[in-house]
Amino acid sequence: MKVEPMGPELEIAHQPGVAKPDPVLTIDGMQRAFGGLMAVNIDHLEIQRNTITSIIGPNGAGKTTLFNLLTGFESPDRGQYSLDGEMLVGVPAHQVAQRGMVRTFQLTKVLPRLTVLENMLVAAKAQPGATFRGAVVGGWQRAERQNEEQARGILQRFGLTAMADEYAGRLSGGQRKLLEMARALMARPTVVMLDEPTAGVNPVLIQSLLEHVKGLKASGMTVLFVEHDMDVVQSISDWVVVVGEGQVIAEGPPGAIARNPAVIEAYLGQHRGEDVE
Amino acid sequence: MDLMQILAAGVLATIGPVTAGYALSAIGLNLQFGYAGLLNFGHVASMLVGAYGTAMTVEFGGPLWLGLIVGVVAAVLLGLLLGLPTLRLRADYFAITSIAAAEVLRLVVRSSWAEPLTGGVFGLQGFGRDFHALNPFPTSELYGFGQFVVTGRALWVILVGWALVLLATLFIARLIKSPWGRVLKAIREDEDATRSLGRNVFAYKLQALMIGGGIASLAGILFALEQQSIHPDAFQPRITFLLFVMVILGGAGSIWGAVLGAAVFGFLFYATDALMARLQANVDFVGAIFSPAEAGLIKYILVGVALMLLMAFRPQGLLRSRDEGRADGS
Amino acid sequence: MSRPVRLLLVLAGTLIILASPLSALAQDETIGGTLVYRAADERTPVEGVTISVSQDGTEIGSAVSDAEGRWEVPLPGPGTYQVTLEVTTLPEGVGLTDPTKVELPNVNVLSGQRRSVIFPLGEGGVVGPAVYGRIGALLVAGFKLGATIALAAVGLSLIYGVTRLVNFAHAELVTLGAVLAYAFHAPGFGPSLPLVLASIPAVILVAGFGGLQSRYLWRPLRKRGTALLSLMVVSIGLSFALRSLIQLTFGGQPVAYPDFAGQPAIPVLGIPMVPKHLVTIGVTIVILFLVTQFLQRSRAGTAMRAVADDRDLAESSGINVDRVIHITWILAAFLAALGGVFYGLNESVSYEMGFRILLLLFAAVVLGGLGTAYGVMVGGFVVGIVVEMSTLVLPAELKVVSGLLILIVMLLVRPQGIFGSRERIG
Repeated sequence: MKVEPMGPELEIAHQPGVAKPDPVLTIDGMQRAFGGLMAVNIDHLEIQRNTITSIIGPNGAGKTTLFNLLTGFESPDRGQYSLDGEMLVGVPAHQVAQRGMVRTFQLTKVLPRLTVLENMLVAAKAQPGATFRGAVVGGWQRAERQNEEQARGILQRFGLTAMADEYAGRLSGGQRKLLEMARALMARPTVVMLDEPTAGVNPVLIQSLLEHVKGLKASGMTVLFVEHDMDVVQSISDWVVVVGEGQVIAEGPPGAIARNPAVIEAYLGQHRGEDVE
Repeated sequence: MDLMQILAAGVLATIGPVTAGYALSAIGLNLQFGYAGLLNFGHVASMLVGAYGTAMTVEFGGPLWLGLIVGVVAAVLLGLLLGLPTLRLRADYFAITSIAAAEVLRLVVRSSWAEPLTGGVFGLQGFGRDFHALNPFPTSELYGFGQFVVTGRALWVILVGWALVLLATLFIARLIKSPWGRVLKAIREDEDATRSLGRNVFAYKLQALMIGGGIASLAGILFALEQQSIHPDAFQPRITFLLFVMVILGGAGSIWGAVLGAAVFGFLFYATDALMARLQANVDFVGAIFSPAEAGLIKYILVGVALMLLMAFRPQGLLRSRDEGRADGS
Repeated sequence: MSRPVRLLLVLAGTLIILASPLSALAQDETIGGTLVYRAADERTPVEGVTISVSQDGTEIGSAVSDAEGRWEVPLPGPGTYQVTLEVTTLPEGVGLTDPTKVELPNVNVLSGQRRSVIFPLGEGGVVGPAVYGRIGALLVAGFKLGATIALAAVGLSLIYGVTRLVNFAHAELVTLGAVLAYAFHAPGFGPSLPLVLASIPAVILVAGFGGLQSRYLWRPLRKRGTALLSLMVVSIGLSFALRSLIQLTFGGQPVAYPDFAGQPAIPVLGIPMVPKHLVTIGVTIVILFLVTQFLQRSRAGTAMRAVADDRDLAESSGINVDRVIHITWILAAFLAALGGVFYGLNESVSYEMGFRILLLLFAAVVLGGLGTAYGVMVGGFVVGIVVEMSTLVLPAELKVVSGLLILIVMLLVRPQGIFGSRERIG
């Protein structure tokens, strides 16, 4: 096995299930079947802290199911996984988010009949007025002002300031992707999970979107994302995990992955032994 | 034919206790449907539980104030019981279960089994004496001018009813303008997105169901006290559907929408009724086609058609700007 | 003018409504009688026997015979009622001389009338066999009710499968089938066809109505991008409007088909069986079998399953989804109307018969799995049998409640239904 640097100082083997020096997310023996089909079947997988890790694989490989399982939107048949050493099995989706792992969706889910700013404020973490008691008792305005300040700051970073008071339903597709990402930040996450952030986005916007993804890493977060566009994967990932038929079939830095015969086979089907490069 | 009389019938009905009661119940439904997106087709059950909670407490010797508390608490608990098992399921399952639960409740209340407690099909009477004893207006005196006259008895119920409507609306306004209300709207827009942002969607929906039920129970109690009599078949599923028409008419998810919808609906409903009754009695052609009972059915057909048309063409209500409606596009 | 003439006008789709006599609002109607046990020449009053009176499955009230054998049940108004003697409450050694007369299905009470009915009692009716016969009779009744539920629920489920719409107006397709069959069948009206023939145009018209609904109501709404929840509210509105319209044209009183009315029961293995009930069950099973064959083997049926399974995939593989949805609606309306005819045949025909059974349809659909076809067929029979059998332990007026409890328990335990799985329809 070859050993290549991961980040400036790390040297890790390029093999499925390899241990990382500082994993933020650890998966063990996770399985989920639909009828007879094993959608996810991962023996072991670790995600290194403060990296951009992409998950790639052909259609139906189980990438989105993996996301759903990790974020509590579905539960696995068996297996364990933990965030920062805390077990996540059986933890409902909203608590996963509260614990610092926030996701976006493949089909963007903005809240159309709320303004852009309101979209942001829904995710605000510290808000006593978000409970029924708090709403009845009152006195949440101070927290509201602070959250609004934070929200406007993030919106500015994402170039959405002009749209702050528009209904989110009026945003373009690319703006919706940006809002989703900006909104995730309002929850102050440690891990951000992006499900195909560039799907359906105007190519001009993709670059700025990717800059924002890098920005997340720069501000200390771990980014895990599912992506189809190999150019995108090559350009911004620190590490790539390849899944096929629910299993991790390879992992490694982007350069090595592109040359990995198992990956080429998974993507191109039954071409064993043929020279595909 | 006297147009003034028809108008007066409509106006009196609009300010009358029935409309006040419907407005209260619609406020509860608006919280559930307009803000939280819950398709509660069994909303009438909260009114039933409120009315029977109060009536049965008084019937068994309790004071009126205790009856009111029992009625409201029972309706809130009904929301909890109904919501716990069903709110985790998809919206269509919730719709089916809510209407089924409401019918189960009505059938049990009217059964001979429950008759010692609920009076069965014959219902309960005479539990509202204490309420009418509090009336500061002489009951048989007339108030008003021209065609628009009500008795002192009715005036008392009207004032209490509309005061409750005002209080309920202010309460809802406080909730909706808070961050709590914002989360509720977010759930209506997209449950999964709201969940992914760390909000416990289930708890919010449960709260909306319980609060909406509590407010609706006041409507049931008001009806019961006004008529001094309740029977289970006053709580047919059709009441829920009338309430949906009101909420959508006034604008689902707008704070005064439920009240506006109930008033507009009350006026149209009773004016149509008065109009049809008069046409039936006075115009030979109409009288030959419809019997009085049949003339009364016309308004229900119109209600059904109105519900379809409103939902299809103006789901944002009659008065709301189309702006928010248009934001709905993908 | 007579009701049948008005029914013709429904058929024509016109809204010209003719006058009908308004029933007086008298309040004093009752049903009552005296229970007397005859052995040799002696007449002994029978005390402590429960008799219940219901109207279209809703119990109006019940009474227990007093020391003189007298009983009386007050009624809400004139109309047709079912009177049932609770066999288990008879004293030992006393039984009905005619065991099939345990229920009198069509007791007509006029305005202000104190109607008396007779349950002839005699020797025999030993507790054991009576209970055995009752269970048997209830089982048959359960299958009979289940047949209507299964027929109507399959369509409800199929429509859900292909469009994800929970159609509350499905109830009115059931009602319309029964009402139109009455229109073609009732004497004094144009064709006056025998019921078997009259049901054919009725069912065809309702099937066509289903297709028209799909084409001119639901398809345009789908194209506008109306949300599913909104569509459910639209279906509630449609149900409400149609039900009131049928009430307006057909009248508020339940009626019975003249054909096969009061058919005597034939004891089979000690269980009283009414031939029309057996025919209902038999024909339903054959029709449901044909539906399974249609779904499995025909092109349209396969396409239906494909659309239900994955609409986008079906569309991209060249299936005309709109056409499949129209066909599903036509099939669903046809089945619902047929169920309605059977329901009317075995109970009575009224404007709200469909709405009354709607919640049991939901129970069947949830039991079998929303969107499935075969599961719902089984679910329909299970619900029918549970509802009827529940009268062994529950008062008859609460039997519908038992069906709704199935629904709620299912949602708690297994919301996808007994047979619900990935394959949503097949």
